[in-house]
Amino acid sequence: MTPPDALLSVRDLRVRFTTRHGPVDAVRGVSLAVEAGRCLAVVGESGSGKSVTARALIGLAGSNATVDATTMTFEGRSLLSLGERRWRRLRGARIGFVLQDALTSLDPLRRIEDEVAEPLDVHADLGRRERAERVRSLLGDVGIPDPAQRARQYPHELSGGLRQRALIASAIAAGPSLVVADEPTTALDVTIQAQVLDLLADMRDAGTAVLLISHDLTVVARMADHVAVMYAGLVVEEGPAAQVLHEPVHPYTRALLAAAPTLDPRGPAPTQIARLAPPTTGPGCPYRSRCALADARCHGELPALRATGDGPSLARCWHADAAEPLPTPAPRTVGTTTSGRRVVLEVDGVSKRFRVPGGGRRRAVDGVSFSLRAGEALGLVGESGSGKSTIAQIALGMLGPDDGRVLLDGASWSELREPDRRPHRSRIQLIQQDPLSSFDPRFTVERIIGEGLGQPSRRGAAAHRSRVVELLHRVGLDATILDRRGPQLSGGQRQRVAIARALGPEPEILVCDEPVSALDVSIQAQILDLFDTLRRDLGVALLFISHDLGVINRMCERVLVMKDGAIVEEGPVGDVLHTPRHAYTRELLAAVSADPATGRTPVRTGPTSVPEGRPT
Amino acid sequence: MVTTRWWLRRAGLGVLVIWGAATLSFIGLHLLSGDPARIIAGGGGAVSGSSEQILARINEQYGFHEPLIVQYGRFLGQLARGDLGMSYQLNQRVTTVIVDQLGPTVALALGAAVLGFGLALVLAVGTAGRPRAESLFSTLELLFVSTPSFWVGILLLTVFSFRLGWFPVFGNEGVASLVLPWLTLALPITGTLALVMRDGLQRALEQPFATTVLARGATATRLRLRHALRHALLPVLTLSGWTLGTLLGGVVVIETVFARAGIGQVAVTAVNGRDLPVVTGVVLVATVVFVVINTALDALTRVVDPRLRGVPE
Ligand SMILES: Nc1ncnc2c1ncn2[C@@H]1O[C@H](COP(=O)(O)OP(=O)(O)OP(=O)(O)O)[C@@H](O)[C@H]1O
Ligand code: SF4
Ligand SMILES: [Mg+2]
Repeated sequence: MTPPDALLSVRDLRVRFTTRHGPVDAVRGVSLAVEAGRCLAVVGESGSGKSVTARALIGLAGSNATVDATTMTFEGRSLLSLGERRWRRLRGARIGFVLQDALTSLDPLRRIEDEVAEPLDVHADLGRRERAERVRSLLGDVGIPDPAQRARQYPHELSGGLRQRALIASAIAAGPSLVVADEPTTALDVTIQAQVLDLLADMRDAGTAVLLISHDLTVVARMADHVAVMYAGLVVEEGPAAQVLHEPVHPYTRALLAAAPTLDPRGPAPTQIARLAPPTTGPGCPYRSRCALADARCHGELPALRATGDGPSLARCWHADAAEPLPTPAPRTVGTTTSGRRVVLEVDGVSKRFRVPGGGRRRAVDGVSFSLRAGEALGLVGESGSGKSTIAQIALGMLGPDDGRVLLDGASWSELREPDRRPHRSRIQLIQQDPLSSFDPRFTVERIIGEGLGQPSRRGAAAHRSRVVELLHRVGLDATILDRRGPQLSGGQRQRVAIARALGPEPEILVCDEPVSALDVSIQAQILDLFDTLRRDLGVALLFISHDLGVINRMCERVLVMKDGAIVEEGPVGDVLHTPRHAYTRELLAAVSADPATGRTPVRTGPTSVPEGRPT
Repeated sequence: MVTTRWWLRRAGLGVLVIWGAATLSFIGLHLLSGDPARIIAGGGGAVSGSSEQILARINEQYGFHEPLIVQYGRFLGQLARGDLGMSYQLNQRVTTVIVDQLGPTVALALGAAVLGFGLALVLAVGTAGRPRAESLFSTLELLFVSTPSFWVGILLLTVFSFRLGWFPVFGNEGVASLVLPWLTLALPITGTLALVMRDGLQRALEQPFATTVLARGATATRLRLRHALRHALLPVLTLSGWTLGTLLGGVVVIETVFARAGIGQVAVTAVNGRDLPVVTGVVLVATVVFVVINTALDALTRVVDPRLRGVPE
């Protein structure tokens, strides 16, 4: 499996964390190889150990981690038992690392130029002039317009896409031969996603090895030459990208592909994955409790990673050869009519302007009206900066509109004074895009969720705790993470905790601002199913903001398309997505029409062709 | 542009605060203190046998017989010219009294501020993210914060001056006489700032950008000093009002305990002798110092945190 000329080659990597609640085996035997000028993609659901694997490759798994492998070589030298000083010589210089949580990975207090040049400051001793020039050319290389000006700005003055590119510029500043990119496009708009991926593809074509970590199969399909699928800290399938994405053999990979949201009007099938089961521990296959093909052998013995049938792929499954068809899933049930129900949220002619630096005002929302009925899921799509989040803030009563008004259950809401609004706040809850920013890093999961429930009385403490556990179960987590803190959770776990917290006060309306854009498809499917259940059982209404049309298609009956603060198209999801009337809607649709199974999209936006200057 | 507006706003606010302090002192001077002429004539506490003539002359000289509003107007007018009036007791201009005593106090306060901040910096940077050292030192710092400074002063005096004889017991002679007062005044500041700074460092080190920095090949020290420290300075700067308050209040206590000359002593003497123009003068000088330094530190916050610069508040 390991090509002799591999730049990076890892065999049987294991990472164990020592925590207060005993050891956590986050990575349990991962073998990878990346060649120069090629891209290896690692996919897998949240918590499967992708980020831990990546961090272990640069010796930054964490102070509480024990890293072990049979071989681990980079550029012909072993990385095992490398001293700290040697590690530092590799980091940033030979291996560039683009971290997950792109938007918070630049130091907010330092200028872009200092952030980009840091690897140079550490590894090369450049003069002032030379350094500035190098920064400018790097920023140009990653497609940042106006590099000289951008270099002097601070991260918060750049939009998400520009920040992500600056981060990449910093990772490649010292000319590394390997770039590890952990979820480089998560939380970016589709159009900007495409640009960032093109950039990575260009680097690969120029001879850099790329290790791409992603939960987004569309992204993987565009970029990867080789794919490794991770589950519960193990590689369960790996092989050439075309093979793995078109003819997956492992039941998990097959379910993962089936769960990807698409624009198919029937929606994706709710799959076996959608059963909210965490990986099974103990001996045997970790996937067995979710697997439709599991039998006695699967329970007793962990299968090895081995060649399957005639293809070049390897898979870790007893039944990979059989390639039995998975049971056909039941058709989805979304579409219950809600048109006769009462209106719970009414937004009436709302406008909002913001002051922009340097004087002047920008219209963020412009005469927007819509209504949301009990138990309905209403989608709101549009590019970043189109005013979606401002609408969310106004609906939540956290921002007052300049014009127009918002009614909650027919009673005034936006016009109330804050003290009158506060008692009703629990009725409308927000689920945010970026859960990390809303958690205090030192609070435990129990405390984070408990806060939404109010202070427990002394006698109620046990009931309080059991309610927290119940909420955790609702979102597919179990009580073992009660004592973990924000930074110890994987990206997906964090988002699920945020959702559990929002569900605490039993709201009537959930405003979901990109709630699943940071989740991998299988967890996405679970969460979307969860939202369906909440709607059906509790009659919760959803205002669902997303840039992902696949997700909107999966979730919503009606959709609003927003551009520059105004609603340009509105109607039933099927009509809007299949016979779009507005040119902008067609543009959005074109940008996502890449299908994970068919591979690379035809869309290729030149890096500088999109106006990208606005601060977010 | 935002910056100009910010400065104008802060200047206006500062003038307002100083005017408020002046007005309050004036009201205190005239409503709470009985007949000022008697205080002046009696040279202090009990007034006896001052003849009506003397009182009348004093009233004439200081203008106490005029309506209050006229006196208030004159008081503000003098103030605007930097004139704080005459001391009731020292037969000197208040400005002279204060300027004469400012030197030792500034040396004391400035030195203590630098020492307090420096110690806090070393403690925080050295121990953040190292659990054992951290719990040990934060206990120590809590002790610094919660021990009254006169008690610390007396303790230090007992050990280093009486027992060991390393430093003079009191007085204003040279740097040696400043060491113990500096230390006494600095400790509570060190305690608080170190706790806050360490907390800030730790938060910064847990943020995703910290991993990015290490992934660029930076050393842990570079991460602390070039990145995390700036983040840790923000809460410290926010506390500057508290720090200044501690310093200004501490000066009075320290000068008393160590029997040092300085503004603190001037204030104590003036309060005891009901020398109200001097009290007013000290209050106003303290207010001006407070406003100016606080504004400067707030401006510094905006330099450290670029995210604040776009916001006029
Ligand atoms: N420092 C740590 N201490 C204890 N457990 C940890 C630590 N870091 C990660 N983990 C655990 O290791 C497991 C794997 O996490 P990892 O971040 O690699 O997931 P991931 O595949 O990257 O998921 P995502 O797609 O959500 O980012 C998770 O269960 C996580 O909670
Ligand atoms: S080994 Fe068994 S349980 Fe595991 S994936 Fe294969 S069939 Fe399913
Ligand atoms: Mg991850």
